[in-house]
Parts: sequence; structure tokens; C-alpha cells
Amino acid sequence: MKVLQALGIVLALMLLAYVGAAVPGGRTLFGVVLPYLGFAVFIIFFIAKVMDWARSPVPFRIPTTAGQANSLPWIKQNKLDCPSTTSGVIGRMLLEVFLFRSLFKNTRAEIHEGPKLAYGSSKFLWLFGLLFHYSFLTIVLRHLRLFTDPVPGFVHILEFADGFMQVGAPVLYQTDIVFLGALTFLLLRRLLLPNIRYISLPADYFPLLLILGIGITGVLMRYVVRVDVISIKMLANGLVTGKPFVADTISGIFFIHMFLITVLLTYFPFSKLMHMGGVFLSPTRNLANNSRMVRHVNPWNDPSIKPHSYAGYEDEFREFMVDAGLPVEKEPEPKPAEEEAPAEGETKSES
Amino acid sequence: MYDTGKIIPGLLVFVGLVTFPIWYGFVSADGHLPNPEKPTKAKQCVESTEFMRTSHMVLLNDWRDNIVREGGSRHGKTADGTEFVRSLHKGCMDCHTSKRKFCDECHTYAAVKPYCWDCHIQPKEAN
Ligand code: HEC
Ligand code: HEC
Ligand code: HEC
Ligand code: HEM
Repeated sequence: MKVLQALGIVLALMLLAYVGAAVPGGRTLFGVVLPYLGFAVFIIFFIAKVMDWARSPVPFRIPTTAGQANSLPWIKQNKLDCPSTTSGVIGRMLLEVFLFRSLFKNTRAEIHEGPKLAYGSSKFLWLFGLLFHYSFLTIVLRHLRLFTDPVPGFVHILEFADGFMQVGAPVLYQTDIVFLGALTFLLLRRLLLPNIRYISLPADYFPLLLILGIGITGVLMRYVVRVDVISIKMLANGLVTGKPFVADTISGIFFIHMFLITVLLTYFPFSKLMHMGGVFLSPTRNLANNSRMVRHVNPWNDPSIKPHSYAGYEDEFREFMVDAGLPVEKEPEPKPAEEEAPAEGETKSES
Repeated sequence: MYDTGKIIPGLLVFVGLVTFPIWYGFVSADGHLPNPEKPTKAKQCVESTEFMRTSHMVLLNDWRDNIVREGGSRHGKTADGTEFVRSLHKGCMDCHTSKRKFCDECHTYAAVKPYCWDCHIQPKEAN
């Protein structure tokens, strides 16, 4: 099964990091060298991919049928779903990026007895997708406490709000529960729904399992096996200030966490995860439907090819058209008497 | 038309955001590493030093539950036989006499603010 393939890879990566960090030199490799490489690959290939997209021409607008387009004054335009102005597009993009609006419109198709096809609203993917992304963001922002010194104020606020329930010590973060819960839902969705399982590839399971692996090792480090956070901060802060130092007190599980993140960064620009940059370039979301107000010139038009009107076309091919019996708008001037002239008349009368 | 003119500024913002810790490190380099003060009163902590470094909060939580909820003993002995009180204020802070020079050294660095001191008394700081 495809999920086992992906699971196998993730488990192998975890084992590799754990064993790798135990051999001499492995700690520097998995703690410093590979993370630097992974980050470089992430930045460089992310930029390369987006620049590749940026080079693609935008020859026309793609109006969507999701809402009434700008039309006659007495027809009410749907300014969010079919905007004709930049501000409308910004509104549509903000809702898309921050609230996943098109996913909210997700529907589910079912076949009932009959057979009858029925469509219903389906909000679970939207809900859990949103929960997953926001908890991921919160966790990454909270992790800034390991990279910055002094730690900026907003990180303190996030930590305080996230540990608001004051359960246990170290205090339980709500986002950790939401994060693992949402990931489990997204994975089970692919595993349990037969139609989704049918279209799921290893490339769909792998990122889910990889991120689940990162989340589980992180949660284990905080609540179960405990690691020396001070030494890890010295390493993490050292990585960003150019003076990394791997203390002996950092335990093996940290290297698993770190290596899976390195793999995630490296894999990112070449995978479906690039929807992070891609969502901003969705043509059906970021183009105003203003085709009736603005002329959009196709950028790959050859400027040496001049427009060719129908009148000009007929002027060029009139004789051939007449010969082939095609109707013309302007009759050819009768030619001075010649043998062919009657033949021409014949065809005409036939048609 | 091409939209490169809008995409490149967006890309620059993205690169600025993901490299935030790097340039933040340049503008705000603090360079102070935590150096918790060693207690003079005893040689050993209530558990091994490695365990305390990583898991002292787990231990405190266990003490709290054990004493407040299960009526556990308020006294304990270190491995070398020194007696101590199983208490945040009367135990930990008896050996580690300064919160500021001990607990806060690490906590400020790691951005942890235990809420324990909302109720528990802090030892008087020397200055
Ligand atoms: C060696 C450095 C160090 C010293 C010294 C230290 N701590 Fe901590 N403490 C930490 C770190 C690091 C964390 C955060 C652990 C984490 O995030 O997983 C922490 C977390 C805590 C927490 C849990 C806070 C929360 O909200 O999650 C409590 C409670 C705590 N420490 C109490 C104390 C007390 C009391 C002292 C002084 C007697 C002390 N610590 C001294 C490093 C230290
Ligand atoms: C009997 C005195 C005593 C008591 C009580 C005590 N400690 Fe300690 N603690 C020490 C000594 C001595 C050391 C230094 C050990 C060493 O250097 O190996 C230490 C070390 C530590 C460290 C590691 C510091 C470092 O630099 O890595 C932490 C964290 C710590 N104690 C927290 C606590 C907490 C929290 C409590 C209360 C639950 C507590 N201690 C109670 C004596 C004590
Ligand atoms: C809402 C106020 C409050 C907060 C916040 C609080 N405590 Fe307490 N704690 C108490 C009270 C009340 C007792 C009971 C005191 C007693 O019986 O001696 C107690 C007892 C304890 C005890 C055992 C007895 C002693 O003298 O220390 C420990 C250990 C303890 N708390 C640890 C913690 C830790 C660690 C935190 C922070 C994570 C914390 N407490 C936060 C109110 C609080
Ligand atoms: C993709 C990015 C990452 C994700 C999704 C992630 C996820 C997590 C999660 C869910 C936790 C549990 C505790 C918490 O929520 O704070 C955690 C803890 C931890 N992570 Fe990460 N992590 C990421 C990147 C990193 C990086 C780059 C480092 C390395 C320096 C790191 C080091 C740690 C450490 C040391 C802990 C334990 C913290 C503690 O005990 O409080 N993580 N991680």
C-alpha cells in the first residue's frame, strides 16, 4: 500500500538520524551541516520555483462563475467572488489565504439508491485544514524562542496564550493537541474514505507522516523524555548567528526532530507543499474580472504580425473565394471580356 | 502581460520573514549565556544534576501533586544524605537562595515564565 511506502521512508529517516547522531561526527552532521544545507536548498529552490512561475505570461483574465460579474448598473455585482477592482481582488485573496474560502465551498458527492447523485456541504476538510495550518504557524512562531536572544515580545504573548490552561509543568500547549489531532484527521481522511484513498499517492502521505513525525518527536521532547532545552537553544541560536555549538547534553531524539525538519525543508520546494507560495499565484483568485474595461494584450503576440481585418482578408482572397463558390461581401469588378467570364457566372447561378 | 513586478516584492517579503532570526540576531545580539549560580549550602541537588537540568519542572509538579493531593511527605533526602524540605519555597529556594541569579538565569534565556510565583513567595534578593 502507498501509505506503507511513505511510512517506511519516514521511519527509515528517523532511524538514520538516531543512529547517525550516535557515531562520531554525526552530531555535527545532523545538528549543523545538514540543517544549513536544508535551509539553503529551501530558500534557493523556493525562489527558483516562484521565479519560474513569475516568468509565465498572464494573457487573459479567468472569470469564475462563482458570482455575478460586473454588468449593467441594475444587476448587483458580487464584489468578492467576481471582483473587477484591485481592492476586491485583495479582499478575495485575504479570505483565501487566511480563511481558505474556496475550501469552505467544498462539496461531497454521494450516490443514493435509484441511483441518485446528491451533493452536500462538507466542512470537515476546511475545519481541520484550518486548525492544522494555524497550529503549525503558532508552533513555528513559538519556536522562535529557541532562535532569538533576547526573545521578542510577541513570542512571550503566544506562549502565555497557548499555555493558558496551566495544565502540568512544563505547561501543556493547546496547539500541540490541536496540531496532532488535525494531522491525525487529515491522515485518517485519506486512509478511511475509499474515494480519497484511491487518489492518494505516496506524495500525499509522505508530507503528512513527516510532519506527524516532527510533531510527535517534539511533543515527546517536551512532555515525556525531556531534553536539555538550554543546550538546544545554544545550538539553534548559534545556527542563526553563525556560531553553532553542539553540546554533549543534547539527546538523540532531538536529532530525529531536527533531521525530519531538514528533510521537510529540502523536500518542500519540489513537492505539493509549494502551495504555500502557489496560493498567492492562483489565477482564478488573484485576477480581477475586468476584461470588459481593460485590454489585456497577449504577451507572446509577435509584434510584426499586424491585425488582419475581414475586409483586408477578402481583398486578398476574393478571387479564390469566388472560385470556390464562397459568398463575398464585395463582388469582384467584372473583368474585361475573357473566356472564363461565363464560367464564373455559371458557378454563381448554381449556388 | 507578466506579473513579475508584483511577484518579486512578494518574494522579498517572504525571504525577509523566513530569515527573521538571522537578521534579528545581527541587530540584537545579546551574547549572555545562562550561568546559574551554584549553591554554597550543599554539594548535590535533590536528584542528579542532569535530571534536574532537563526535568526539574516535572519533579516540582510531582511534589505538588504528591503533597497537596495525596498527602505525601514534606521531607526528603539527597543521595548523599542531606535532608531537605520538599517545597518550592522552603526546599529549592533554601539551597538556591536567589531566584534572580539561579532560576531566572535560564528562564529568561529560554523565555519561560513559570506562573508559580503568582502565589508562592520569592526569596528576598540580596540587592
Ligand atoms: C539550567 C537552567 C534552569 C534552571 C537553573 C532552572 N530552570 Fe526551570 N526551566 C528551564 C527550562 C529550559 C525550562 C523550559 C522547559 C521546556 O520548555 O520544555 C524550565 C521550565 C520550568 C518550569 C515550567 C514552566 C512552564 O510554564 O512550562 C518551572 C515550574 C520551572 N522551570 C521552575 C524552576 C525553578 C523554581 C527554578 C529555580 C529553583 C528553575 N526552574 C531553575 C531551565 C532552568
Ligand atoms: C540540598 C540543596 C538543594 C535543594 C533542596 C535543591 N537543589 Fe538544585 N542544586 C543543588 C546543587 C548543589 C546543585 C549543583 C549540582 C552540581 O553542580 O552538580 C543544584 C543544581 C540544580 C540545577 C542544575 C543547574 C545547572 O547549572 O545545571 C537545577 C535546575 C536545580 N538544581 C533546580 C532545583 C529545583 C527546581 C529544586 C527544588 C525542587 C532544587 N534544585 C532543590 C542543591 C539543591
Ligand atoms: C493559585 C496559587 C498557586 C500557584 C499558581 C501555584 N501554587 Fe503551588 N501551592 C499553592 C498552595 C496553596 C499550596 C499548598 C501549600 C502548603 O500546603 O504548604 C501549594 C503547594 C505547592 C507545593 C508543595 C508545598 C510547598 O511548600 O511547596 C509545590 C512543590 C508547589 N506548590 C509547586 C508549584 C509549582 C511548581 C507551581 C508553578 C508551576 C505552583 N506551585 C503554582 C498555590 C499555588
Ligand atoms: C517544521 C518546523 C517544526 C515543527 C512543526 C515543530 C514541532 C514541534 C512541536 C509540536 C513541539 C512540542 C512543543 C511545542 O509545541 O513547543 C516541538 C518541540 C521542540 N522542538 Fe520543534 N518543531 C519544528 C522545528 C524545530 C526546530 C528547527 C528546532 C531546532 C532547533 C526544534 C526544536 C524543538 C525542541 C528543542 C523542542 C522541545 C521544546 C520544549 O521542551 O519545550 N523544532 N516541536
